[in-house]
Amino acid sequence: MLRYTLKRLVNAFIILFIIATVSWMLMQLLPGSPFNDEKLTDAAKAQLEAKYGLDDPLLVQYARYMGNLAQGDLGNSYAFNGTPVVDIILGERLAVSAFLGTQALIVGTLIGILLGSISAMRHNTLWDKSSAAFSVIGISVPSFVLAPLLQLWLAVKLEIFPIAFFDSWWHSVLPSLVLAIAVGAVVATYTRAEMLEVFGQDYVTLARSKGLSRVAVVTRHVLRNSMIPLVTILVPLAAALLTGTLIVETVFSIPGIGEQFVRSIFINDYSVIMGTTLLFAVFFVASYLVQDILYGIIDPRIRVAGTKE
Amino acid sequence: MEIRDRQLTPELFEPAGLGAEEAERISGPSIGFWGDAWRRLKKNRVALVSAALILLVIALAVVGPYLTPYTSIEQDLRQQNQGPTGSYWFGTDNFGRSMFDRVWEGTRVSLYIAFLATALDLGIGMFYGAISAYYGGKIDNVMQRVVEVLVGVPSLVIIILLMLIFNPGILSITIAIAFTSWTSTARLIRGQVLRLKEQEFFLASRTLGARTPRLILKHLIPNVLYIVIITLMFTVPSAIFFEAFLSFIGLGIQVPDASLGALINVGADEMRFYPHLLVFPAIVLCLLTISFRLLGDGLRDALDPRMRK
Repeated sequence: MLRYTLKRLVNAFIILFIIATVSWMLMQLLPGSPFNDEKLTDAAKAQLEAKYGLDDPLLVQYARYMGNLAQGDLGNSYAFNGTPVVDIILGERLAVSAFLGTQALIVGTLIGILLGSISAMRHNTLWDKSSAAFSVIGISVPSFVLAPLLQLWLAVKLEIFPIAFFDSWWHSVLPSLVLAIAVGAVVATYTRAEMLEVFGQDYVTLARSKGLSRVAVVTRHVLRNSMIPLVTILVPLAAALLTGTLIVETVFSIPGIGEQFVRSIFINDYSVIMGTTLLFAVFFVASYLVQDILYGIIDPRIRVAGTKE
Repeated sequence: MEIRDRQLTPELFEPAGLGAEEAERISGPSIGFWGDAWRRLKKNRVALVSAALILLVIALAVVGPYLTPYTSIEQDLRQQNQGPTGSYWFGTDNFGRSMFDRVWEGTRVSLYIAFLATALDLGIGMFYGAISAYYGGKIDNVMQRVVEVLVGVPSLVIIILLMLIFNPGILSITIAIAFTSWTSTARLIRGQVLRLKEQEFFLASRTLGARTPRLILKHLIPNVLYIVIITLMFTVPSAIFFEAFLSFIGLGIQVPDASLGALINVGADEMRFYPHLLVFPAIVLCLLTISFRLLGDGLRDALDPRMRK
């Protein structure tokens, strides 16, 4: 198990290294320079470039970039008076996004498990069909459609929730709901399929014939065994949450990291974009890592094979 | 009682006169794989309705802009922000442009990008997966390591980085989407080809001296085609989603050109006062993504009944 985990960890670092290298190369390809001011003379520009080391050979610049990265230095923002990128993306904004994401993840998973179980237990009934309809809609309707529509309905028309900003917990309900619906839809589909599969297993028949109540059979035997494959949707969930926060924070003007990212794209703040991209990459690679390790713990056969199909 | 009374005469036991060949004759017309799938699909009302809706949206995307006397970029500043009327069926936007024309023009752009990206994705994925599995051994090993690294990188990150370098436009969006999505197709095709390679009919054909082109064209392609069709149904909506997502965060189609995502982006800003700007493109987008998913589910059930849950 330790060897397997180490192998996965090394893999994750290689992937992060590749991402960092590629994004550095892409940064060299980007048009423009930080010193595009017309008032600067050529000599002044050269002086500035020398000061920031931009006249060094590319290989030296690359080594310096990677060295800084290893020490957690992502450079300075071109906007915001040269604030270090790390301070921008790893401060309060990250906490806000993390809070939103966690809240949505918990609520969404609960909704999903509940709907999925109802679906499986009342297979082929109206309950099942309505829950399936919810899943299809939740997966197919993108958050940038769902968010404005819910905003229009619940905040503007019915005035139940505040329309935007992030001043109290009450403000976080609507954005979390948008994210949670996407999560819930995915979890519900998986839970339903898994539970239907488990219902047909011999040990469920045995539990029933022992005379266990329906509740006991479902909670003790079916639900528990259906939860194992939920690990497979860890990465898709992480992806859904991340794209979700980008949109939801922009739509609801929430000062999180997603809103910052979209704003940086508009003002061409390349160093912040790169820093955030790397942060997202770390988030993804970490989800992959957790998924693979959990897999190994749950299903020992995978460890032996070394890779999953 | 009647039987007991009947006389048993020798002529009752004469052969019916069917030769060995005649007895083995298949009475009904033989139904091939595709006929069988079509029969199953016909019974699935949801899938048929979805297919009809998709065709309707495609038809409107093609002819829609010609149904009105306006164009999607023609401004009429006396007719700003009107709700749906007799002459402007979907209303007008803040420059007095006809929303009916803009929505269908945008649908056309979105569909064009989605289909092009899907074609690229399937082309590269099939080619890569088939070669990798067909030749196996070292080639397979190297090709699969490459895919593994690419899969580890979050597609959202790649797409955003690519869009920063290329100028946002139809072609660059298409390439960015295809670039990130072909890996899963390649893996799927590889798995299927690996399975086929072990089957008797394939071994028999090879033993009889069939060459590589014949093996690929006659045995491999027809047998992976159904997987390709199913993948297609799920790739198109995800390409539509990514295009709309990019346009929504400002990296996609730029004004005055329209795409569904770009229109929703504008509509979300104005929805408080002019909800029609959001509602119409949102409905078309949801109609497309939901229909494609439901049709995809139906096709999967029809083409691969074992997958049905």
